Amino acid sequence: MKISASKLIVCMGFLFATAAFCFAGDISAPPKIDSGDTAWVLISAALVMLMTPGLAFFYGGLVRRKNMLGVLMQCLVILAALSIQWVLIGYSLAFAPSSGFWGGLKWFGLNGVSIYAPYTDYAPTIPHQAFMIFQAMFAIITPALIIGAFAERMKFSAFLIFTLLWATFVYDPVAHWVWGSGGWLKNLGALDFAGGTVVHINAGIAALVTALVIGKRTCYDKYAVAPHNLPFSVLGAALLWFGWFGFNAGSALGANGLAVNAFVVTNTAAAAAALSWALLDWIFNGKPTMLGTISGAVAGLVAITPAAGFVGVTGAIAIGLLVSVFCFIAVSVVKHKLGYDDSLDAFGVHGIGGIWGALATGLFASKTVNPAGADGLFVSGNGHQFLIQLAAVAVTIVYAFVGTLVIYKIVDAIVGVRVNEEQEAIGLDLTQHNERAYTMLE
Amino acid sequence: MKLVIAIIQPHRLEQVKDELYKADVNLITVSEVLGHGRQKGVTEVYRGVRETGNLLRKVRLEIAVNENYVERTINAITKGAKTGKTGDGKIFVLDLPECIRIRTDERGSEAIG
Repeated sequence: MKISASKLIVCMGFLFATAAFCFAGDISAPPKIDSGDTAWVLISAALVMLMTPGLAFFYGGLVRRKNMLGVLMQCLVILAALSIQWVLIGYSLAFAPSSGFWGGLKWFGLNGVSIYAPYTDYAPTIPHQAFMIFQAMFAIITPALIIGAFAERMKFSAFLIFTLLWATFVYDPVAHWVWGSGGWLKNLGALDFAGGTVVHINAGIAALVTALVIGKRTCYDKYAVAPHNLPFSVLGAALLWFGWFGFNAGSALGANGLAVNAFVVTNTAAAAAALSWALLDWIFNGKPTMLGTISGAVAGLVAITPAAGFVGVTGAIAIGLLVSVFCFIAVSVVKHKLGYDDSLDAFGVHGIGGIWGALATGLFASKTVNPAGADGLFVSGNGHQFLIQLAAVAVTIVYAFVGTLVIYKIVDAIVGVRVNEEQEAIGLDLTQHNERAYTMLE
Repeated sequence: MKLVIAIIQPHRLEQVKDELYKADVNLITVSEVLGHGRQKGVTEVYRGVRETGNLLRKVRLEIAVNENYVERTINAITKGAKTGKTGDGKIFVLDLPECIRIRTDERGSEAIG
């Protein structure tokens, strides 16, 4: 009997594959990886990745056109630079188990961070590296948020050094305290579902500090700077809203009811806040504005972030409606009274919205939504959780304030942070990147 | 009647407008232009291809005035636009033979103010 060579190879291949499969199954048997959970977290990581380019267009539309590429470049370079920082040291500093200042370098270069096995302390049903790459996107967008404060006047070299230092010495430790195994704010019982303190308060306070120390844009007191392309900002806000489903619902770290809750309340709070800001514009400025509406949507997304896994829709509507009130006051009254140039309202929206969200979690959280959470003041009448939230907020504010100030001063001493007046007048596109975003003639 | 044309730095427009309003010159037309004077252009690089001496963005003002407003218009523009560096721009003053206000059919000096 003649058997063709190809059939023989197929048979052998089959036997070998079966044997290999059995062998692999015998030894490692990855503990309880859930394919649905893994798929959802990977998709969520991709959704959150899209938020940084979304933010780039949100911010880019708000600056003058001579600085458009400057903003896009800062956001995109953060995406690239922090992706490398994160896999080399960032993830280890933030998430390696430790009860100290940060996680240390145990997981340097992802050493010991498995692509098969879960790390049960963080996410028991997905491979450890799926959790790592999901968190990477948070570490990327957080420093990108700060760009709004110093837009249109920071040297690119200084920006790059500042960002890497800030990510390493401010973001990574705070992420460790709140989320890391052994983190002291986590042990204290602070609730932060998807990063209200770690991401938004942290970046918001850094934004306030940089706006204060870098000083106003030279034009700031002379005339109002009109956004150069609001449709870009609308597109950017829409991408942020879309990506935020990954940010918040992905933070459930599984395809489950908690993710559904986070998804629903995220959408609800964004909607309530968008309407609320538009209404405030209508009442106080005569007409509902597009910029007001998207600012509200982003503020709502910020505020629901820490609460997404702990509150229901009623809480989400309250959080959304009120965040616009606080942020509206911050950006249209307080900012002008105090006279700092937080150019794109990174503090006014992310700082204020983040603080409100973190505190509101202590008001509206309910164990019926998440048994692992707590009952807030308005649910149980007990202010214990609210006080814990207050403590976590205060600690983050103080640390972010001091840390950012020190890093800023160091960078300023090394390379000088601000462009000179002539460069500022010509714009960052030409002076920092030798390109322009738009041509007038062909 | 004169037509005052000024080419200025874009970022001085707000100051020039302020000075013109202070000088009671309220009717101006502004357009965006590209220009090249003594100021050296900027360098642009796209995928390694270098372009130098490119035209710079400038703002062009056109202001039609009666004779008795010419000097104060020039002074206002100079005050608002001057930085002392190359690239501050130029002012041209031209004779203006006629001016018609479309709404009223008024002509000449009446139509200008």
